[in-house]
Amino acid sequence: MTAPPLAAEPETTAPITPELERAAIKAESRRGFLISLPAFIYLALLFVVPLLLVFVYSFATRDATGLTVLDDWNLESYKRLFTEIVLEIFVRSLLLAVVTTAICLLFSYPFAYYIATRSPGLRNILLIFVMIPFWSNFLVRTYAWRVILGSEGPISQISLALGGEPIRLLFTNTAVLIGLVYGFLPFMVLPLYAALERMDWRLVEAARDLYADGWTSFRKVTLPLSMPGVVAGSILVFIPSLGAYVTPAILGGAKTTLLGDYIVSQFLAARNWPFGSALSFAVMFVMLLATIFYFRAGAKTL
Amino acid sequence: MNEGTATARSTDRILGVNSWLVFLFLYAPIVLLMAFSFNDNSNVSIWTEPSFRWYGAMFQDTNVMNALRNSLIVAFFSTIVSTVIGTMLAIALERYRFRGRGALDGIAYLPIIIPDVTMAVMLLIFFFQVFGILDDLLGIQLRNGLGTITLSHIAFSISFVAVVVRARLSQLDNSLEEAAADLYASRWQAFRRVTLPLIAPGVAGGALLALTLSLDDVVVTQFVSGAGATTLPVYVFGLVRRGVTPLINAVSTLMLVASMVLVGISLGLQRGAEARGQKPADPDALLDDVAVD
Repeated sequence: MTAPPLAAEPETTAPITPELERAAIKAESRRGFLISLPAFIYLALLFVVPLLLVFVYSFATRDATGLTVLDDWNLESYKRLFTEIVLEIFVRSLLLAVVTTAICLLFSYPFAYYIATRSPGLRNILLIFVMIPFWSNFLVRTYAWRVILGSEGPISQISLALGGEPIRLLFTNTAVLIGLVYGFLPFMVLPLYAALERMDWRLVEAARDLYADGWTSFRKVTLPLSMPGVVAGSILVFIPSLGAYVTPAILGGAKTTLLGDYIVSQFLAARNWPFGSALSFAVMFVMLLATIFYFRAGAKTL
Repeated sequence: MNEGTATARSTDRILGVNSWLVFLFLYAPIVLLMAFSFNDNSNVSIWTEPSFRWYGAMFQDTNVMNALRNSLIVAFFSTIVSTVIGTMLAIALERYRFRGRGALDGIAYLPIIIPDVTMAVMLLIFFFQVFGILDDLLGIQLRNGLGTITLSHIAFSISFVAVVVRARLSQLDNSLEEAAADLYASRWQAFRRVTLPLIAPGVAGGALLALTLSLDDVVVTQFVSGAGATTLPVYVFGLVRRGVTPLINAVSTLMLVASMVLVGISLGLQRGAEARGQKPADPDALLDDVAVD
């Protein structure tokens, strides 16, 4: 907060003593604490406690009936993370999340650049058309691809009409990739647009005046200045892609299990809560690492 | 120089083509889905003639209507509670210095970053554990249902509301509140007459976001819902996993239209706020109001 310097200190009848000042700060501090109290209590109870519970559960044991036994603490669930099946799912999810992020970035950057360089009127209209899918129901948007990619869907029918084979993309990794890109593309566009829109374009002009060609001025000026948007957009796409559950559940098949649906199956089908908890923690850990790494890398280019 | 403008023009053309392709990619599936919902044929892929047949079927389907009612009940309570708590959180974090502020600041953003699945797992275990303890100690038997769904939705919405309101607060000049205080407005009057009107667009934006999040959530709700008490997205999700039907197309179209109406409202509010923000004469009128009080 940088408030403009106002006239002067407010005039008070009593002289300002250190005690008075301290009392005022204390009262202010108490007031702030009280205002934040509902959120504090709610988040402590329904966020922090549940998070700690998952951590505790990840060291527990599953008994024969599928119930979790909360003693007999062990590291079995964490050991299981390093088995071949789990590592394979991890690698596949990570790869898919990275590819999704890369594709989103590749198409969103020129897209956001185009919108940001239009006239203000046109810019607002185009932006509204980006906002609509951003706010639209994710499940429904994913379902639309199930209709399109199905063996009787439009893509297959066009191929048949042209005398080709029916194309069946549904239940493959490609289908999941298309769904992820489709689902999270607006999450990439909006931060990129925000970064490009508030950029000072006179800097690009200055670069051109100094005989930089279009590509050089983009690489040396525009790209570094829009880096915060690239970092924010990539994180916003990468994190939900890595934990995706709805998309693989609707568009993926048996051979495309990703971390998200693997975790869900541990709770709703296999009833192995300790292992599911350990998996959740592992995913969070990877996300945290990736985010920190990406922030560092982004900050370096600034 | 001519050569330069020529490359610039062709670059611009490539950018334009890319943009139209992205728009096509974003909209073709939605438009196609909507079109299919008006198909009379019960086989989704064969187009016969346009009709409202499936919309009629949808409104007569008691499962769909029950789920829709549940969704609206949950969204109503979750939006109100998370908007109030989230706004208070934003004000506390943006305007006050107090002990525990740093910790709260960190925790407040975690629900946004954490993936759905993890949040779902956390709340599933939490309710299971709490209900177990309540049963053991007090003999109270509680089950998952609309209550647990609402509590969970509030848990992930508070942070989103706080972020939106805080963004608005940080753009405001707090000298206006100080001026109100100098004019002998009580804390509550200053808040009611100065701060609240100024942050109203942010609060409304946050509330709309909370409403959308609640109406759209599948993963968390699926984990904390009980038998017979599901929301519309969870019910549709169950149907979708079994296959494509014209009924789902109709329900989906309804949900898409609802989202679009919400975007419209949200953009309208933003526009209104911008229009008002351009008139700096307003704060004077606001201060007069406080002085009269």
